[in-house]
Amino acid sequence: MFSSLLIANRGEIACRVIRTAKRMGIRTIAVYSYADRDAVHVKLADEAVHIGGSAARDSYLSIEKIVAACKATGAEAVHPGYGFLSENAAFPAALEKEGIIFVGPPVKAIEAMGDKITSKKLAAAAGVSTVPGHMGLIDDAEHAVAISRTIGYPVMIKASAGGGGKGMRIAHTDAEAREGFERSKSEAASSFGDDRIFIEKFVTEPRHIEIQLIGDQHGNVLWLNERECSIQRRNQKVIEEAPSPFLDAATRKAMGEQSVALAKAVGYTSAGTVEFIVDKDRNFYFLEMNTRLQVEHPVTELITGLDLVELMFLAAAGEKLPLTQADVGINGWAIESRIYAEDPFRNFLPSTGRLTRYRPPAENLVQAPFIRNDTGVSEGSEIATYYDPMIAKLCTWAPTRTEAIDAMEVALDEFELEGVGNNIPFLSAVMGQERFRSGRLTTGYIAEEFPNGFSGVAPDAESLTHLAALACTSAFALDKRLYPMTPEPRAVIIGDQRWDFSVHADGIEYWLTQPDGKKLLVESGWKPGMSLCIARVDGRLHHVKLDRVTGGFRLRWRGADLVAKVLLPHVADLMPVMPVKLPPDLSKFLLCPMPGQIVRIDVAEGDIVEDGQTLAIVEAMKMENVLKAEKRAKISKVRVKPGSVLAVDEVILEFEAV
Amino acid sequence: MQKIIAALDQRRTDARLGGGQKRIDAQHGKGKLTARERLEVLLDPGSFEEYDMFVTHRAVDFGMNENIIPGDGVVTGWGTINGRITYVFSQDFTVFGGSLSETHAQKICKIMDLAVQNGAPVIGLNDSGGARIQEGVAALGGYAEVFWRNVQASGAIPQISVVMGPTAGGAVYSPAMTDFIYMVKDTSYMYVTGPDVVKTVTSEIVTHEELGGASTHTKVSSVADAAFDNDIETLLEVRRLFDFLPLSAADKPPAVAVNDTIDRAESSLDTLIPDSANKPYDMREVILKIADEGDFLEIQKDHAGNILVGFIRLNGSTVGVVANQPLVLAGCLDINSSKKAARFIRFCDAFSIPILTLVDVPGFLPGVAQEYGGIIKHGAKLLFAYAEATVPKVTVITRKAYGGAYDVMASKHIRADVNYAWPTAEIAVMGAKGATEILYRSELGDKDKIAKRTADYEARFANPFVAAERGFIDDVIMPHGTRRRVARAFETLKNKKAVIPLKKHGNIPL
Repeated sequence: MFSSLLIANRGEIACRVIRTAKRMGIRTIAVYSYADRDAVHVKLADEAVHIGGSAARDSYLSIEKIVAACKATGAEAVHPGYGFLSENAAFPAALEKEGIIFVGPPVKAIEAMGDKITSKKLAAAAGVSTVPGHMGLIDDAEHAVAISRTIGYPVMIKASAGGGGKGMRIAHTDAEAREGFERSKSEAASSFGDDRIFIEKFVTEPRHIEIQLIGDQHGNVLWLNERECSIQRRNQKVIEEAPSPFLDAATRKAMGEQSVALAKAVGYTSAGTVEFIVDKDRNFYFLEMNTRLQVEHPVTELITGLDLVELMFLAAAGEKLPLTQADVGINGWAIESRIYAEDPFRNFLPSTGRLTRYRPPAENLVQAPFIRNDTGVSEGSEIATYYDPMIAKLCTWAPTRTEAIDAMEVALDEFELEGVGNNIPFLSAVMGQERFRSGRLTTGYIAEEFPNGFSGVAPDAESLTHLAALACTSAFALDKRLYPMTPEPRAVIIGDQRWDFSVHADGIEYWLTQPDGKKLLVESGWKPGMSLCIARVDGRLHHVKLDRVTGGFRLRWRGADLVAKVLLPHVADLMPVMPVKLPPDLSKFLLCPMPGQIVRIDVAEGDIVEDGQTLAIVEAMKMENVLKAEKRAKISKVRVKPGSVLAVDEVILEFEAV
Repeated sequence: MQKIIAALDQRRTDARLGGGQKRIDAQHGKGKLTARERLEVLLDPGSFEEYDMFVTHRAVDFGMNENIIPGDGVVTGWGTINGRITYVFSQDFTVFGGSLSETHAQKICKIMDLAVQNGAPVIGLNDSGGARIQEGVAALGGYAEVFWRNVQASGAIPQISVVMGPTAGGAVYSPAMTDFIYMVKDTSYMYVTGPDVVKTVTSEIVTHEELGGASTHTKVSSVADAAFDNDIETLLEVRRLFDFLPLSAADKPPAVAVNDTIDRAESSLDTLIPDSANKPYDMREVILKIADEGDFLEIQKDHAGNILVGFIRLNGSTVGVVANQPLVLAGCLDINSSKKAARFIRFCDAFSIPILTLVDVPGFLPGVAQEYGGIIKHGAKLLFAYAEATVPKVTVITRKAYGGAYDVMASKHIRADVNYAWPTAEIAVMGAKGATEILYRSELGDKDKIAKRTADYEARFANPFVAAERGFIDDVIMPHGTRRRVARAFETLKNKKAVIPLKKHGNIPL
């Protein structure tokens, strides 16, 4: 085994690799860009080398700089993590020249799998199931029909040069194939100037399921079961799990064995992943092979009990894998939620800034359910635009899928993250959906379940009552501290619902009596100043984020974001007198989407603007963000000047309908 | 006896109806509560004791002798907020439009006199059309009696005004002389002359809201300290403010058994200051992380955002915070921010509330507008207020403390008691670039030379140690330990005694 390792990466994966290396007694060397000078991975490593500017091409993508860092520190081996140089064949080649071990597959394997067409051909040759299709030239519509029949309907007809759905058709019959071919061809010609068309099997209700492999330099390759990564948003994985709720043992075995066959065909070593698309009849088709450690590898580790990074080290050092296929099993269920710096309430707009609060749930790998949180940030870290917006990978493990999901719901509720918009409410919303819980997943899940975007979750009646009860006891604790004689009746108002309680407090126990005599028992350890309320209401455990607002609390729980007013009943009786204030019609305004400075305003009062026309440019975090018109309108007022520094949601322009 | 009691009950019932159900409904229709309902929201339930319920006006002109309503348009008395006494008056818009008569004024004066005598605050809920025209000079005299008492009470007891409806003409000056003015958004306004008069005199066309609404007074004029969505929210926020304040100048600020320890470390503050001196950060984060339970009641949030002022608790006791805000105008001092902070400091000093100052100030804002506007005089207000204040003063310099602004922001020299600096502090006459451009004017053509001079200046002065070597800074502290160090510093100052020279009063540059 090598004695020193340089991690040519950043963020959570660098931290993840360092952890295993440290456990194995390997000296760790981090590299960092300017933006990462205070990053967690830098502090975690035994040594750290500054390799250049914040932009990845000046640092993490520079082979030259990383090789120089290896030489300067005497690193014997390099782990590339994922992304950056991990699948760039030139990188291991450069390391090899310097006699440095690359913790990953051989150059040839990377090259073979790096090309989509080559990898598909290799896969087919190795007996791996690939999507049936026709890649050659198609003469005319009748030829297209013939091909479609051979493949079997439904088929997808698409432009070779295409992308973004343009020039793409799905055909279920000969007639549709004929028409689709003609239409796609002409669209392709006009859109891309290239009318070449190809036809392949259209996979209905597709799922993304992948097989984890590990191989050593002695010809051993094992499959470590699958992960299902169907919950994706714009091809970005959001939630992953292992095993898949869909596969049966036979399919799993077939996929595993085919994957191993492919790996062996290219002389693969180290960790790798073969991605498949699986249709509703459990037909699976090869997509591609990733020749690196995947982001979502922790779920595999949680169900197999293996440390993939450790196995990669062993393989890289030329040692034999310490296990055989027979040793690999599936133990329980693991779920991973990727926590991204993106605001689900604003159409997942990337969010940047400072993590003013970052308190993930405590990790626990001792007693089920397990909690694992892979992260590269800490409170006070800056989420910059230079790199991936992932903040953390939160994983739970439990003996069953339902228990793992339940644990994830709690872990997400406990996760305190402020200062940067994040997708925790969205992840919570998915965890709470019946369809997710029953495992009916497809890669279209998010588009199907949230066709109009995400606007928060409405809790069911019982949960809402429990939230009202928690708000009530918390407000009561605040009042009682200032005024021990505070009266017992309270009214809680959430939206247009009202609850009346009489509060009797005894230590952490609160008995809430409702007017009909029904009693709720709240056991709450919440004390003023706490931002997380952990309490049982009638025995049901809740973890709710609380923020004080005038006359009550903002509550965040399971994707819901509500305000609960806790008032004395006679004050609550007066609430109906208060004027209803309608939120301003925001479609009439151009709001600043992020805190930043106005660089330019391209329109003047009185201008008529068209859909998509540039209105203004806001600079935030050194990035220029172009704000465009969403529909035709007249500019009725320009409210700010170039150079103005704006907060989020400040008005830049006012529109008038035309 | 039974009959007599019934008669009293009847009289009380009549008085409670104010201007009658129709007018009460009209008040509700506008989204506003009645005078008595407001007191029910403001005060602890059952705590209100009313005085002068049976007072009536004595006017006879214009048919007033036939239009008599007990209470005369204002409800007065006292009650408690979380058990602590306050005197209150609440103008009743349903009675003569809440207009102020001689007797209406006398009722207010009575409770103000009691408040001063007994050392308890006065909270006034204003909802009045102005002087009662039918009474003429008697009403004007009434106003002046209230004004005089506002001034006598100023600094003796906290006075809080809540503007909850129209407040025009003379009526604005009583709130103006109190310590805090809260307004209700959309349903309250205050101005010296209304839109009609404005139009006649200056031809300017404005709405009530534009001229004197909550938004105008919290953002532009700074007349109001805060505004909230409706009557209930506003009154609940008044309760929250009240909880921070002592009852009188003779009282100590209230202490709360907080659920927080003074040695709570905040490691994230160690990464708060950006590398570039030109990059801003949010000073509010520092305040929230120092404060007990992260609770910060901000005053004048929407005005002069380059300085933050408000109340926090440290170790359970109220502390006033004044902090430059680098997010707005780089945190510089200008006319508005100087006035805002100066007034807040004087309030704290009057009521024994210690002052924590957080400094990141590049200097005073340059410009013709500032000079013509009298930045010298207004900046002097802040300097005066800090120098005059004898309450415990603790200062933490987080980054820049340049030039005269360093002196002003509670420096050692104007008698701050404990002065700390973060290692990121730069205490100098000015920024390195500006300094070298003056010191080495002749070398300005030579870029390399100037760069070296700038680097030299930075190395020498862009740190807290030059000041620390002289004892102007008592210690250079780690950001993460700020809460602990500041809270402990205030503990040592609990029994601070300061002697001021014999005088009637100082002469702050108004």
